[in-house]
Amino acid sequence: MSWKDKARENGWTPPGEGSGPGWRPGLRESYLYDRNVIAEIQRAAREGIYDIRGFGAKRRLPHFDDLLFLGASMSRYPLEGYRERCDTTVTLGARFAQTPLELKIPITIAGMSFGALSAPAKEALGRGASAVGTSTTTGDGGMTPEERGHSDLLVYQLLPSRYGMNPDDLRRADAIEIVVGQGAKPGGGGMLLGHKISDRVAEMRTLPQGIDQRSACRHPDWNGPDDLEIKIQELRELTDWQKPIFVKVGAARTYYDVALAVKSGADVVVVDGMQGGTAATQDVFIEHVGIPTLPAVRQAVEALQELDMHRTVQLIVSGGIRSGADVAKALALGADAVSIGTAAMIALGDNAPELEAEYEAIGSSAGYYDDWQAGRDPAGISTQDPELAARFDAELGGRRLANYLRCMTLECQTLARACGKSHVHNLEPEDLVALTVEAAAMAKVPLAGTDWIPGAAGPSL
Amino acid sequence: MSTTLEETFDLGETPLRALNQRLHDLAGTSGGHVRVTNPSGAHAVACGIDAELEVDVDGHVGYYCAGMNKHATVRVHGNAGSGLAENMMSGRVEVDGSASQYCGATAHGGLIVVHGDTSLRCGISLKGGEIVVRGSVGGNSMFMAQSGALVVCGDAGEALGDSIYEARIYVRGSVKGLGADCVEKDLGEEHLAQLRDLLERAGVDDAEPSQFRRYGSARELYTFKIDNAGAY
Amino acid sequence: MCGIVGLFAKSPAIEDRLGEHLAAMLRQMSDRGPDSAGVAIYRDPVAHGHSKLVLCSPRVDEDWQAVGDLIGATGGPAVRHNHALFTLPVAPADAQARAEEHRPDLRVMSAGEVIEIYKETGRPERFAELFDLSDVRGTHAIGHTRMATESRVTTEGSHPFSTGEDLCLVHNGSLSNHNRLRERLRKAGIRFVSENDTEVAAGYLAWRLREGASLQEALEGCLDDLDGFYTFAVGTRDGFAVMRDPVACKPAVMAETDDWVAMASEYRAIAVLPGADDARSWEPEPAQVYVWEREPVA
Repeated sequence: MSWKDKARENGWTPPGEGSGPGWRPGLRESYLYDRNVIAEIQRAAREGIYDIRGFGAKRRLPHFDDLLFLGASMSRYPLEGYRERCDTTVTLGARFAQTPLELKIPITIAGMSFGALSAPAKEALGRGASAVGTSTTTGDGGMTPEERGHSDLLVYQLLPSRYGMNPDDLRRADAIEIVVGQGAKPGGGGMLLGHKISDRVAEMRTLPQGIDQRSACRHPDWNGPDDLEIKIQELRELTDWQKPIFVKVGAARTYYDVALAVKSGADVVVVDGMQGGTAATQDVFIEHVGIPTLPAVRQAVEALQELDMHRTVQLIVSGGIRSGADVAKALALGADAVSIGTAAMIALGDNAPELEAEYEAIGSSAGYYDDWQAGRDPAGISTQDPELAARFDAELGGRRLANYLRCMTLECQTLARACGKSHVHNLEPEDLVALTVEAAAMAKVPLAGTDWIPGAAGPSL
Repeated sequence: MSTTLEETFDLGETPLRALNQRLHDLAGTSGGHVRVTNPSGAHAVACGIDAELEVDVDGHVGYYCAGMNKHATVRVHGNAGSGLAENMMSGRVEVDGSASQYCGATAHGGLIVVHGDTSLRCGISLKGGEIVVRGSVGGNSMFMAQSGALVVCGDAGEALGDSIYEARIYVRGSVKGLGADCVEKDLGEEHLAQLRDLLERAGVDDAEPSQFRRYGSARELYTFKIDNAGAY
Repeated sequence: MCGIVGLFAKSPAIEDRLGEHLAAMLRQMSDRGPDSAGVAIYRDPVAHGHSKLVLCSPRVDEDWQAVGDLIGATGGPAVRHNHALFTLPVAPADAQARAEEHRPDLRVMSAGEVIEIYKETGRPERFAELFDLSDVRGTHAIGHTRMATESRVTTEGSHPFSTGEDLCLVHNGSLSNHNRLRERLRKAGIRFVSENDTEVAAGYLAWRLREGASLQEALEGCLDDLDGFYTFAVGTRDGFAVMRDPVACKPAVMAETDDWVAMASEYRAIAVLPGADDARSWEPEPAQVYVWEREPVA
């Protein structure tokens, strides 16, 4: 094996094959000051401002990959694939709302604004979700007619900025989601940089065109769960108690936050783990605030159970859901549904290898592109540039998203049937084991082959 | 549809839901008059109206009175709690007494007249609505206000207009302090005319436009510059 | 996160019905605080050198007579649900020490010459029923309904928190630097029984007062030393004080008539008082200490 091969095996670029300097025998890269760290220090010294980017946390985190299902064999009976039913329907919001949301699959599309995303990308999300009977969600920027038109089920977000908020859209929505925080930045406000504030975006947000938009991190007319309870009452009165009301929190002190959302009167609690994506957030926020989705699901379910509200108040989990396996594991831990954002964008065509040359031209590469804040997306998704947006085919994007959602649902059903479940909601934590001590402790499921749950009372092996 | 409807809801006896449902059922009508008695600090009174109704509320109300109002005229003969006429779209909301925090928060349109004072954060995140306060406003008023106008006949508290965008502020009395990126600006003909119009529509006849000073955005924070980092 | 109320009687008619009014105010704050409720009532002062002691038992069938004998009580027990009020012919600190020595399983809710604290988990409406406040006369009182934020729903975690002789604190909001501060105060000899943030604020006030600060100074010290959001109401021997943090996003409304002064998180709690419609009402400014006290009785 040549030293170049060895370098490649270590994930490094030999000299002459990439743009940066490479490894040679005798050169040892610092673990503490690796190339990313050095590049970031150099960038900060050059630019004098924190790095703002899109995507979610990139660091390695304990996740659903660290869990496995215990399929049926002798002690349990599996269901036949394709012949014996395995239902995937979800009802959201029956606690107080007179018109709950009925989903055909337990996967919804998370809030992404028109502004962050182009109009055709928003349309594609609506088309894809509607094709498989699930919901999409607006975002920090109001509801567009295209989005409403193409989404059979649309959740309308109430955010601190209140851009474009109006009572007509509130009544046109199928549910209302009060956004307290998001996984990428619990405790932070939104931002949309000037080059994405096009005329239409500026008008919808009542802002001057082309300025850097900074959104508040606290709501303008309530603070804290005791006042949120009154805000929820107002929203219910405004919509004559028809619409389900979701409360979305970024995962941090999840046990308490979920309990308080329930006490405030939420029909549905949305918990977004730290892997949750963002259109534009400080890198320091994305990588260093919040807890992973895995422990967040478990804490949320514990809070609901403690209040005797599990399944009465539904739990939607998001943050790093990529496959039917992730869906099934989140449901097994007690979620009622999941939401996808980053994965939906990838399904639409984000980071497509066919665009490699164009990604390279803007200093990125297919598979790495995270400058969703910059508005130069060659895929036409995270942009407001009319030429770039026009490249995106909303119909094709919608079909791809629908395919992806169907595939995830089939995968989830496959796992549920293997565990003998006629509804995906019958998956239980007891159907899972953990591969790592960390995942066992966070999800409170036993390490595979043991009955050891770190930190839990009871016998340990 | 025009109506001569005249109804009274006693909130001491009738649930709030019945009042608001009735008001919503009247969507699209004009000319009706509804009187609300014994509000006793109740929340969300007369929120979400979409009709050219006149609503008189006899007594003090809690949070979010006339929230998201469209077209209606809502008069509170008492004090109002937090978030009066929050996110109002159009119409008129008038309070005889004082209003609490977040008065007119994020209002996109319409006119709010408060005959007493408002507490903190009056006009926060305002998006086109107009607010006239005959008394004084508390600290942090017009925080991040984007568009619209606030007229204060009395004094303003700390951090007035912090991070303000294109909204306008007129204050007759003293200003305890201006927030980041908020500066005093010239009072030109255009502004005197706007003030005259607002004062007239609010029914304020004891203040002259020339007695006011104007405040607005220095526009220094519109695009991030590292030298401004201390202001964030 | 919570609802807070305070009522200060300026007329005998209000004094006669203080408990009834307080209970009505608390009931209005149920939605803000469904987890627990509590009150501090100021009435019937005992002579200097004597004390009033309120104890709480985990059992509702506690043999309070035996407890009274054990601690040398000369008055009581006056039992309300699982709490009992005693009078003792010793100073409050000594009375508290006696109870802790003889019955460490009981909790001392308050020890003073005037104050009586009652608090318990459960909906405020239920609290008002169980503790039947309707016959309580008194000069002033504060009350609290709690929506627990980060600490458990327990009696210890309920408000009001005693902050020393005849002093107590209720809080609406959430502090963000209480854990380090608790450690500092522990080293200064302040005792804590819960993980609650408000208990730290109460301990802070107790410490400042012990070190010689006036109530005004101690409350102003909160502005420098406590981080986070708060509206505080403090009950004192002669009245009450109110203060909000500098951001002041937790609500507070005050009202006054010839017969009473009241404060509450929301106006609807004041609306239940006689003559509320015509009361003069206003909101406390951020970072300002407001104090109402009657002329101390010589």
